[in-house]
Amino acid sequence: MSSQSIKGGNATSAARHRRSRRRGWWWFPYLIVLPAVILEIAIHIIPMLTGIWMSFVKLTKFYIRRWNEAPFAGLSNYRLVLNVDTAQGQAFAHSFLITCAYTVLVVSFSWILGMAAAVALQKTFRGRGIWRTLFLVPYALPMYAGVITWNFMFQRDTGAINHLLVDQLHLYSDRPFWLLGSRAFVSVVVVAIWKMWPFAFLMLMAGLQSIPSDVYEASAIDGASPWRQWRSITLPMLSPVNVVLFLVMFLWVFNDFNTPFVLFGRATPPAGDLISFHIYNASFLNWDFGLGAAMSVLLLAFLLVVTLVYLVILRNRRDLYA
Amino acid sequence: MRKLRTIVAAATACVLGLAAAGCGSGSSSSSTASGSTITYWASNQGTSLDNDKEVLTPLLDEFTKQTGVKVNLEVIGWNDLQTRIQTAITSGQGPDVLNIGNTWGVSLQATGGLMEFGDSEMKAIGGSDRFVQAALETGGAPGTTPTSVPLYGLAYGLYYNKAMFQQAGLTPPASWEEMVDDAKKLTNPATGVYGMTLAAGSYTENAHFAFINAAQNGAELFDSSGKPTFTQDGVVNGVSRYLDLMQTDKVVNPSDAQFTDGSKSIAAFANKKAAMIINQNNANATLISNGMSEDEWGVVPLPAPQNAASQVASHVAGINIAIMKSTKNKDAALQFVKFMTSQSTQEALGKPFSSLPVLKDAKATFTTNAEELKTFTDIYNNRSKPLPLVPNEDQFESTVGKAMNNMFASIATGSNLTPDQVRNQLNTAQTSITS
Amino acid sequence: MRETTGERAFRIIVLVVLSVFILVPLWVMVTSSLKPLQDVQGTFSWIPKRITVEPFVSMWTTVPLAHYFVNSIIVCTVATALSVTVALFAAFAVSRYRFHGRSVFTTTVLSTQMFPGVLFLLPLFIIFVNIHDATGVALVGTRLGLIITYLTFSLPFSIWMLAGYFDGIPRDLDEAAMVDGCRPFGILFRILVPSARPGIIAVAIYSFMTAWGEVLFASVMTTDANRTLAVGLQLYSTQVNVYWNQIMAASLVVSVPIVLVFLALQRNFVSGLTAGAIK
Repeated sequence: MSSQSIKGGNATSAARHRRSRRRGWWWFPYLIVLPAVILEIAIHIIPMLTGIWMSFVKLTKFYIRRWNEAPFAGLSNYRLVLNVDTAQGQAFAHSFLITCAYTVLVVSFSWILGMAAAVALQKTFRGRGIWRTLFLVPYALPMYAGVITWNFMFQRDTGAINHLLVDQLHLYSDRPFWLLGSRAFVSVVVVAIWKMWPFAFLMLMAGLQSIPSDVYEASAIDGASPWRQWRSITLPMLSPVNVVLFLVMFLWVFNDFNTPFVLFGRATPPAGDLISFHIYNASFLNWDFGLGAAMSVLLLAFLLVVTLVYLVILRNRRDLYA
Repeated sequence: MRKLRTIVAAATACVLGLAAAGCGSGSSSSSTASGSTITYWASNQGTSLDNDKEVLTPLLDEFTKQTGVKVNLEVIGWNDLQTRIQTAITSGQGPDVLNIGNTWGVSLQATGGLMEFGDSEMKAIGGSDRFVQAALETGGAPGTTPTSVPLYGLAYGLYYNKAMFQQAGLTPPASWEEMVDDAKKLTNPATGVYGMTLAAGSYTENAHFAFINAAQNGAELFDSSGKPTFTQDGVVNGVSRYLDLMQTDKVVNPSDAQFTDGSKSIAAFANKKAAMIINQNNANATLISNGMSEDEWGVVPLPAPQNAASQVASHVAGINIAIMKSTKNKDAALQFVKFMTSQSTQEALGKPFSSLPVLKDAKATFTTNAEELKTFTDIYNNRSKPLPLVPNEDQFESTVGKAMNNMFASIATGSNLTPDQVRNQLNTAQTSITS
Repeated sequence: MRETTGERAFRIIVLVVLSVFILVPLWVMVTSSLKPLQDVQGTFSWIPKRITVEPFVSMWTTVPLAHYFVNSIIVCTVATALSVTVALFAAFAVSRYRFHGRSVFTTTVLSTQMFPGVLFLLPLFIIFVNIHDATGVALVGTRLGLIITYLTFSLPFSIWMLAGYFDGIPRDLDEAAMVDGCRPFGILFRILVPSARPGIIAVAIYSFMTAWGEVLFASVMTTDANRTLAVGLQLYSTQVNVYWNQIMAASLVVSVPIVLVFLALQRNFVSGLTAGAIK
């Protein structure tokens, strides 16, 4: 993900290229990169810095209109959300742990399903294109359309899930709630996996296409079982894909706002209180943007640390093998 | 003297360069208003957003004809309204005139985003003495200049299905205990029919009932210094009493915990899935649009328990109308507020929006049922108590309301909450109020 | 290559289980959209007892769906076109030039992908407001504001992927074109863009889908005038009745075009990913 890996081995040719370019054009790369830089600064960097500033002020409803006059709060916003003895701290810690569990489940199941589908569709057979197309549908579907459908299916009295489990399979005597109470967690995880695994499938399928088939043929002659082939060929060959895939999925899933927002709406079951959703509600329902900003900054710091640790571990491991 | 202050203020504004446009419309001659356009955010009062638009549009055209001011109308659903108001206040951008739930009156006043109705503004809209006193008081904290004025009056009543009561040989309840007994007799889970239906997943509705039940116990939600007192016995017992309708009395369908707004429970009542519903009088229009006819239901005040400290049956509910401080069309906005609160507009809107008049001399007209009119007028005038007029009222609604959502959810999913657990939840709500 | 029984069984199980998982919600969406209101308010049934197209007719009047549709199409199309253009230039610079701040640029741009949306939602809102006050350009409650916001959402990924794609195009082609007297823009548009077509299509699809499905910013930055489908669709459930049949019909209608386009171009998307992201 660093610039090196993007450039790959082209540095020398680029250098040659640069030398051959007319001197008068030195400003050209700066010019064409400028629109992107301006947009990134205006829409991402400045708002982020403003957000960090907001986390140090007391930005409650009394100051929101004159946000530039909000009194300095020091670290009190942070102290409040990090202190598990306070109501806010408890809720934040709870939300963080829920989100961790959610992320682990969604990322790992999405990867497993995506991998299973990619391997099942690796060899050509009649109708392969149809399956592949079908498996991509949830990814192509606008996310809210899919989640709203799940919301309908999870309705207690009119939904498909309870119809199946209660009326047809008689697994429960009383109709369970799927969008309230502790089962809300199960629901949000299932919906998120449904939405996410086709992306894993897409990436892994793309990765599998770049593995030359003669590698498999050679190992098949050696008598390796499909399982062994997968362990010794597929998995290692896919590791560059996996590196990116896990990181991207982790960041998306941990930041996920859409799934709980569309699935639960205004009813926010504690079991489905994912962190972005929690922060949104804390900011917009309780009118406390300083507190919301402090939680956002902590979230960003956490994601940053995890990402860095992940990349460092990977680099060390790669150095070890290189 | 007042005139002098206006001139000084206007001059200062111009010197400071506070928007050139503000200078022109800041003067008090009404001729500048003509030809301008104002934006109006209406809350959802009728049976749907579209219905509201249909009802309001002819009136707005009439206003344009009278004054030359064009009105851009946007009707906003209740789920969005608070967030939308908040973002408008943050930005100083948004509408010129807007509707607010009157319980938010003091909270929104505290943000400083709404224009104050001082003496001259009050005069411009036709004077404050024509409003019902209790409704007018929701416009701001006691002793301050209000920032909103009443637009529609509402009150809670207990609607009951006449046919279902008759069949069971029951008469409308006069006490909470009778209400529960009747509800038990009318409940038959096997057929999916319950004695009562509640919007148990709506934080605003739940917060209102926390207040009303606590008030019947004689308990206040905030002490005289504005500190929340949610954990005192009166509040805890009141909340428990309301939760018990689902938990111990079992006269409410556990599915009601999924009703995130009042219209869902109204629909359940209209479809005869429940014999009683506690709702504000604007339920009428919605009930009719759900296929019920006016003679099928009756209304009595929400009864208090036999040993109640107070016979409060509702909070002073309703909608206020306010002007954004950032408006560049103050005169046009004032003219519009005057128009909306005028006798003729109030009469025209009373029926389609099923509202009670907020003007002293006006008569309620929202239904042809004289008895129902009398009941609601009596509740509104004699048995309503305003929600606490403190800046943190909105936080009471969101924290206590959400705590009750969650408590109803746990009851619906099979837990049994002890009064101590209720107190605990209310304590969490109380401590998360930031001041 | 011969297939063992085990492999075959694995394939069949995987395909059946996953197809059921995917198809159940799609089936519910399609069949419910054809049921009368009464039938979606009672107990669910897998097979519709009565079929009606009424939901597809009345969904346009229950909420102003057509208006939201137009908004979404305009916002997403313009945002995509701009995002791809900006990304093309930036990727060209990153791939073909060594300039000061190049690695800072690529790292920073990529790391913005991890910013939680809630962190910069309100600040961005306040900034937009101040821009309005200072310049008179309205960004809140207008399509323009949404376009600017959305185009940056897909920008990091687009730059990264296109740069990777360009890296895979041999430089000899550039050199040859330069000898023929091509200016840098000529290289970009005559050499790189044509050879990177699958990558560009992939990036465009990605940008469009990101914008089409965005909910968080839309929930705060839209008013009646610029409301997109993502928020508009939720208005069905705030009506008096929950018109589940209309909600399903509307979900179907907003999904079909984008799903069809995606599936039609999926080969480009996959090969774009292969060449760009996975190297």
